[in-house]
Amino acid sequence: MGTTMTRIQSKNGVVNWIEDRLPIFSFLNSHTAGYYAPKNFNLWYYFGSLALLVLVNQILTGIFLTMNYKPSAAEVAPGVSAAFASVEYIMRDVSWGWLIRYMHSTGASLFFVVVYLHMFRGLMYGSYKKPRELVWILGMLIFLALMAEAFLGYVLPWGNMSFWGAKVIISLFGTIPWIGPSLVEWIMGDYLPADATLNRFFALHVIALPLVLLLLVVLHLAALHEVGSNNPDGVEIKEKKKPDGTPLDGIAFHPYYTVKDIFGTGFFLLIAAFIVFYAPTFGGWFLEHDNFVPANNLATPEHIKPVWYFTPFYAILRMVPSFFETAIWGVIAMFAAIVLLFLMPWLDRGKVKSVRYRGTGYKVALGFFALSFVMLGAVGAGVSAEMIPKLFGAEADSTMIENLFGRFWTFVYFGFFVFLWVYTHFGFEKTKPVPDRVTMHD
Amino acid sequence: MANDAVVDQGRRRFLTATTSVVGGAGVVLAAIPFVKSWEPSVAAKTAGAPVVADISKIEPGQKVTFAWRGLPVFVVNRTKAQLDALPGEDTKLRDPKSENAAQQPKYAQNEHRSIKPEWLVVTGLCTHLGCVPDFFPDLKPEPFDPNWKGGFYCPCHKSRYDMAGRVFDGVPAPANLAVPPYHFVDDTHILIGVDPGKEAA
Repeated sequence: MGTTMTRIQSKNGVVNWIEDRLPIFSFLNSHTAGYYAPKNFNLWYYFGSLALLVLVNQILTGIFLTMNYKPSAAEVAPGVSAAFASVEYIMRDVSWGWLIRYMHSTGASLFFVVVYLHMFRGLMYGSYKKPRELVWILGMLIFLALMAEAFLGYVLPWGNMSFWGAKVIISLFGTIPWIGPSLVEWIMGDYLPADATLNRFFALHVIALPLVLLLLVVLHLAALHEVGSNNPDGVEIKEKKKPDGTPLDGIAFHPYYTVKDIFGTGFFLLIAAFIVFYAPTFGGWFLEHDNFVPANNLATPEHIKPVWYFTPFYAILRMVPSFFETAIWGVIAMFAAIVLLFLMPWLDRGKVKSVRYRGTGYKVALGFFALSFVMLGAVGAGVSAEMIPKLFGAEADSTMIENLFGRFWTFVYFGFFVFLWVYTHFGFEKTKPVPDRVTMHD
Repeated sequence: MANDAVVDQGRRRFLTATTSVVGGAGVVLAAIPFVKSWEPSVAAKTAGAPVVADISKIEPGQKVTFAWRGLPVFVVNRTKAQLDALPGEDTKLRDPKSENAAQQPKYAQNEHRSIKPEWLVVTGLCTHLGCVPDFFPDLKPEPFDPNWKGGFYCPCHKSRYDMAGRVFDGVPAPANLAVPPYHFVDDTHILIGVDPGKEAA
């Protein structure tokens, strides 16, 4: 166990009365003051607690948004749905509604910022390796649920990008042989994204997926507290213990890391507040311009693109051409890009966890992997399509250049996993000696 | 149960297995109404009824979009020049002979992909991911194709189709634009959603 369970003996009779019937205080204590985490956490270890903070923000602001939002595509004015109008109502007429909505929309993007950094931390320090495989897999499931949740939420304002984004994403299922077309109709409950679609997406967004997310977060933490936190040195702190049985290089999560996380929370809220108050659309990256136009099923926005956090996967989808009369290959590649992350604990056969002591090959590969993610994100967001005419002149075949560029980075993305397996399975990796205990810089 | 009862393991296994099977079957059956509730409702199906398109006002070279089942259906009155350019495009196309039977009814599986050569009727949804392609009718160089002979260009992922809705080779879209069921009620009206010789559903 990563936690030490001790029965709380309180001077307060009520506490003891409850403890005799439900040891809730002992349980909470064992997961805070009784949870020993490595003493050498660095900046990268803020993002787990920040993810939890954003989740709480999303739930709280989300509950208040449902009090005024109407999940209906019925027209209340020519070309304007009740859903779109209710979002404008929240923005203009509900007291402080604009703040609650911007906290929710900004929170969605910051959720992904935090989660991507949290995941990159895991890749850097080998936090997915034995014995933390399930912590990683549960985390990946949270990531999947989060992507579904974000997609559903983006549909709710029923702007034109909501509509077309929903159409494109649902159409992905239409590429599945045989059942595809009827599956698409089943998901939409109509022949196009319509009132039925919006209503069920609302149900999934506000109740079904939040329940799944909360359950997964509890399991993620339960698994983490069973095996204990990894650290920047990738050393197992449980192997060296103090006479009292607690890890020699461990410190109690509470108060030591609660204090650290409160500092991180303050810093994070400063940035979040700046965005909420001064740049809530973030130049079209957090809230796209086309979504301030009501949904119109007969007019496609000029550039359909997802919000930034989906763009790397969207680029992979676009870069894979269709052949054998089906577009399913891009869909398969896009999902494979996520499935491969699930398999990290088994693709990486290296025994050394932290990048500090791993071979140069891993450091370079991880760098290229992160770069490919950013570059694919730029392709998916249409940045490269804008840049190419400027760099190569208006005469250039921009489609060809963009495809070359995007496909190169797609190969790098998938190449990372292939390289990692070959590199570690056949023993090409030359690692440095791992220290016995965590290294501190004091 | 007696205090000193001997557990019959065989009976226990049998009961556990049968309870699991019956319970599992019950869960599956109970799930059916919930799964079926996601299908298009009767109201949605009714709203998907056939649509009459008045084509008397469509000039040569012009496109008009009609809504059928909420889908955009393009009706194009093609000019002689546009029709004459079609055979020359064959080598650049993925499926020039419209051999993919899912993309059009039998009566539209021909060079011009329509019942009457000049009248093109296609669902205006890119076969890649369902965006609405833009209409570029002129036979002149376009930024996306210097040898453009008129047709459709999808702004989402740059798929191109010719004036018969046939997809170009080397673009993301896998198939030609779909031709919906339709027929001519008279010279100036098309019924979209019903095959020739069939009654409206």
